[in-house]
Amino acid sequence: MLRILKSFAKRIFRSIFKKREHIKIGFYGPPNAGKTSIANKICKDWTGEEIGTISKIPHETRKVQFKERVEIEHKGKKLTFKIADTPGIATRIDYEDFLKYGLKKSVAKKRAKEATQGVIDAIKWLDDMDAIIAVLDASENPYSQVNITILGNIAARNIPVLVVANKIDLKNADVEQVKAAFPDYEVIGISAKEGTNFDELYESLFKLADKI
Amino acid sequence: MKKKIGELSLQVIPFSELSDLGISERVKKVLSLVLDNKIAIIQGRLRAEEEARLIEDTMVLVDRVKNFKGIELAVIEPDMKGAGIFAKAKQAIANSLVGNNNALTVVGPASIIKEIKRNPKKIELMIK
Repeated sequence: MLRILKSFAKRIFRSIFKKREHIKIGFYGPPNAGKTSIANKICKDWTGEEIGTISKIPHETRKVQFKERVEIEHKGKKLTFKIADTPGIATRIDYEDFLKYGLKKSVAKKRAKEATQGVIDAIKWLDDMDAIIAVLDASENPYSQVNITILGNIAARNIPVLVVANKIDLKNADVEQVKAAFPDYEVIGISAKEGTNFDELYESLFKLADKI
Repeated sequence: MKKKIGELSLQVIPFSELSDLGISERVKKVLSLVLDNKIAIIQGRLRAEEEARLIEDTMVLVDRVKNFKGIELAVIEPDMKGAGIFAKAKQAIANSLVGNNNALTVVGPASIIKEIKRNPKKIELMIK
């Protein structure tokens, strides 16, 4: 509660006294929803460089990674963002799950250890964000408690949020189910893999920036 | 040959047992049950920041406690979608005054619960 109040006071103070140089936008969501893939596409489009590596093995991103000064232009308007790609938030981490992907036991154990710290760091950084893009996998059941906890914590901190249902290129993707699960939020469907609907994403990103 | 059926222990925590506790104590109480291989069924739901703290503390324990792989967590709430404005407002006021004790929160060790599948109409606890 104290953390949320501090965050709220900080946001109010910042909005009154400090000229905003860039908007800190965080990519949050469960592991393997495609947070880094989306952040990579945006960073590549506007800076020519990616933000991080992607992998089929969950918890590839185990540290919060930043890309400074990402200047995005959309319909004649320009905004500068600081993009934060965060580790996937999970309630369970078992090194044995990584062995299925062919990792050695020692490597899998190290990955699990780093992943646990990554989850803690992702939650801690939440207070520092101006706006959030919550990335969900459109082909998975959206009613997981992790999704609900992430969105509940963003709402409790009064941070503007956009829900992005990624992987709409997959056959079993269902954006309508994501919309039905989170009717109080703006939800857009995209495919980071195929670059689908990024215009709509930029449009929503600029609308999100207006809410800060 | 008989197949051995593992022991499954559920513990119900009434709202009154948590209502006077601070965030750390609430989370500690829940995690102590989970570490004891019990499935905690809590009357009510944790606040958003308590759920986040539960995840953070769970990750610390995954790192420190041998064979602890984390938790499965689910909240079951009455469906208020079809309810009228008066009923929703009444519920919101009650929640803000005494906490949301209309819900049920299920927290169990990941080593016992494989998955909690939920959709708007049902919740399934998949046991290992």
